[in-house]
Amino acid sequence: MIVEIGHFALALALGVAVIQTVVPLWGVARQDPVLASVGPAAAIACFLLVALAFGSLMFSYVASDFSVENVASNSHSAQPLIFKLTSVWGNHEGSMLLWVLILVLFGALVALSRRSLPARLRAGALAAQGSITVAFLAFTLLTSNPFRRLVPAPAEGQDLNPLLQDLGLAIHPPLLYVGYVGFSISYAFAVAALIDGRIDAVWARAVRPWTLLAWTFLTLGISMGSYWAYYELGWGGWWFWDPVENASLMPWIAGTALIHSTVVMEKRDALKVWTILLAILTFSLSLLGAFIVRSGVLTSVHSFATDPQRGLFILAILVFFVGGSLALFAWRAPLLRQGGLFAPISRESALVVNNLFLATACATVFVGTLYPLVLEMLTGDKISVGPPFFNATFVPVIVPLLLLLPIGQSLAWKRGDLLGAAQRAQFAFGFAVLVTIALLALTRGGPVLAPLGVGLGVFLVVSAFWDLGERVVARASGAAAIWSRARGLPRSIWGTAFAHAGVGVTVIGIAATAWSTEGIGFLKPGQSLTSGRYTFTLESLAPRSGPNFTEEVARFKIRSGEREMKPVESMKRMYTARAMPTTEAGIRSDGFSQAYVSLGEREADGSIAVRAYDKPLVLLIWIGSLIMAFGGALSLTDRRFRVAAPRRAASAATMPQPAE
Amino acid sequence: MLIWIIFAVMTGAAVLSVLWPLGRRQPPIFADTAGAASLYRAQVAEIERDLGRRLIGAAEAEAAKAEAARRLLRAAEVEAAPAGDSEPSLRRRRAASAIALSCVPLLALLVYGAYGSPSMPDQPLAARLKSDAAGQDFAIALARIEAHLAANPNDGKGWSVLAPVYLRQGRFEDAAKAFAAAIRLDGPTAERHAARGEALILAAGGVVTAGAREALAEAVKLDPANPRARFFLAIGQEQDGKIPEAIASLQALLAGAPADAPWRGPVAARLESLQGPADSAAAAIAKLPAQDQSAAIRGMVDSLAARLGEGGGTLAEWSRLIRSQSVLADRPAALKSLATARERLAADPDALAALAALAGELGLQEASR
Repeated sequence: MIVEIGHFALALALGVAVIQTVVPLWGVARQDPVLASVGPAAAIACFLLVALAFGSLMFSYVASDFSVENVASNSHSAQPLIFKLTSVWGNHEGSMLLWVLILVLFGALVALSRRSLPARLRAGALAAQGSITVAFLAFTLLTSNPFRRLVPAPAEGQDLNPLLQDLGLAIHPPLLYVGYVGFSISYAFAVAALIDGRIDAVWARAVRPWTLLAWTFLTLGISMGSYWAYYELGWGGWWFWDPVENASLMPWIAGTALIHSTVVMEKRDALKVWTILLAILTFSLSLLGAFIVRSGVLTSVHSFATDPQRGLFILAILVFFVGGSLALFAWRAPLLRQGGLFAPISRESALVVNNLFLATACATVFVGTLYPLVLEMLTGDKISVGPPFFNATFVPVIVPLLLLLPIGQSLAWKRGDLLGAAQRAQFAFGFAVLVTIALLALTRGGPVLAPLGVGLGVFLVVSAFWDLGERVVARASGAAAIWSRARGLPRSIWGTAFAHAGVGVTVIGIAATAWSTEGIGFLKPGQSLTSGRYTFTLESLAPRSGPNFTEEVARFKIRSGEREMKPVESMKRMYTARAMPTTEAGIRSDGFSQAYVSLGEREADGSIAVRAYDKPLVLLIWIGSLIMAFGGALSLTDRRFRVAAPRRAASAATMPQPAE
Repeated sequence: MLIWIIFAVMTGAAVLSVLWPLGRRQPPIFADTAGAASLYRAQVAEIERDLGRRLIGAAEAEAAKAEAARRLLRAAEVEAAPAGDSEPSLRRRRAASAIALSCVPLLALLVYGAYGSPSMPDQPLAARLKSDAAGQDFAIALARIEAHLAANPNDGKGWSVLAPVYLRQGRFEDAAKAFAAAIRLDGPTAERHAARGEALILAAGGVVTAGAREALAEAVKLDPANPRARFFLAIGQEQDGKIPEAIASLQALLAGAPADAPWRGPVAARLESLQGPADSAAAAIAKLPAQDQSAAIRGMVDSLAARLGEGGGTLAEWSRLIRSQSVLADRPAALKSLATARERLAADPDALAALAALAGELGLQEASR
């Protein structure tokens, strides 16, 4: 009965979402606050209903109720509890339900943030969000219903795709979905503003925290996904320019641009048209990502859903929301009034340049991802656009952006002093050059690009905090004064510094991959293989059985020079229900570097194929993205996002400011 | 019944939550001006702070403050008084309530009605494994035996129970392995060897392979009278083109058969088809090479399906059709026949139960509507 209650709750949510779309929109159009106030109530009701549905599906998974088709085809009674839970979203239908759950969760959050949002904007945004909810609920119910039943129920399920039976799956999709779906709020705000015809700094201030939130989660989601691919797929790569990865990277780049352009809009009321367009494009790219992954237009690890009917439905959703909002934009955008002025050399201009670079970078990824698909559709030719294309197009756009970043960061608003800004960046630049030269000397004969990349990263990290340090330290004396000045700076400034430093740390990690080495060999117990700084000795090779798999476990001793490191286990698993093998890489962290070993086929003579890697500084790639996300979160806690309520705002504005 | 009460309560709660704001006495207002004013005050304060930090020049700061002030004025201008006209507002509220009252339950019932299965209870695995009614739940009984054998792979008795089940379900390779295990662990019998031979033949698509022939020979060695082994050996002779030998073997088998043996019919039919006039359909099939033969058999099953498809059909006929289709490994067709049979025999609860048992036995699961 619980299954059916969940199913009915989902059907009810569809009805409520229709109300959430229609009534508040009518209220905004007729200037009727009562009708508009239906929006928040409906949004919260919708969330509760979808949460009930999600909970009941989760219950069926935990109870291994194989009379539910979705449970029967994606779980196994022998799975550990944690994987029974994650199996809920480890398949197409369940992940759509998770998507809808996050969508309505954001709707409910907007509904609850009464103090910080103008009522009319909120009603319009909730209506726009409601229409997205209707579309995805209908998609889930009509084409991907997770509550379909089986008669008679099989006695055992077919198990989850073994690649997905991993803690990475517990974390990666929900984070990614919060990111994707979070941008739906920026989109809904943009549509609401276009309908209402009023776009100003109030709008920018209202949108910014939501964009930041979505961006922060998307950063975490992409980075976790990348780490998961790194250790689960077993060939040591961390980014493959796979269309599915690109699908998440494009909204991330557009979202990054959006965060920067809303700053200008919030501060100067400028760049309105562009910001609105970006908000629309960012979510459109999220939808495009959903289309690419869900429609089955490509086949990769991620497309566990391939069904042309679903593809058409998603395409219709995509066309409606992208086309509709762009049409609305074309109609209403010319009515927008331009805001504040700024000189060609100023913080505002620097942010415009940032946006130009990011938009170009996004376009290169877009072309590289969609061109092969379109070509295959038109001519039937299958071509693959891989890392060489992206290295040749994406990197040359991003590197100048990163080089300019520290300068833009220290330019003044409205009219800046380029020379002064360059001077402020010169110490960091000099330091980075020194690091580069030292590395070049140390690694003579090695790849040249690696020291240059590390130098760029160091430049970014040092300059991110140099500016801040100058402001905190320059005119204060004593540790107490420095501390109080540091605390007095707005959190968003700290957030900026951390996010930019995080970019630098990631760049260092990426650059250092040029130094990684790979060793391949066939080992019998007792034999060893050397890769880079590490020597891997195969100690033992033995079978073992897990709850729903059997595995062959290879135990390796690792030595780095004279130093003995902790041993590591690498496995080849066979999941019995699907008769599908997976590799579980053995990874030992050594500072920020990692020793990585994975198993290949067993040979007739009893030896086993082993691939061993030395991955210097590889952890910095993900640590950097964690720092970026931390910066985003820090910005989110900035005081100014909490002052918008009229009464509290007044007191905040008159509060004594920290001594400048 | 209970579930419909729960659905009604849920629907009521959902509709009420949407109606509730419409029924409020004190209408909220679009109070944006205060928000805008506070924002611009905060903006001016921020410009001051930036100025203090030398993030903006003095002249630019003045200009920026002037811009902010102009925006504040504009925001105040744009803010029109909310349309508080009570009469149309009341009418709108009523219309909105009517939409909510009709749209929410209607959509929910429509969608759930199309896809839901309100009469199906939850079937958590733990409860199913425990329940005494497992006799009816064929898949669970099978799962229990399989689980038992996974834990005790040397239980010959278990294998000998499981093997014929696999054979009936059309899992011929599993059946052959299970019979082999039963022979190894529980001792060889003629019947087991013969059944293993049959499983191997069916797994090979009806061809009497060398392996199958060995198994059948073992069976005949243990019990020269074993009818199953003798029958399939005769089929083997037939496939080798030794028609007279095949006819002789079948005749001998039939001669020694008890009058009430259930397998008399098929043997006689086979014999007839071999002996019959050269132009008869069955004889023609028998003379065909193995692949064509199975195609011809498929054709006969199809014609039965077509005849039953036109209407009527007894439980026995339907069962035969479903079983044949399942044995021919044509699962979609078997599922379709099963669904049609359920419709045709809907009036007869006993027949429905028999069909459900058959579906369980053959491992035919279908998505419910």
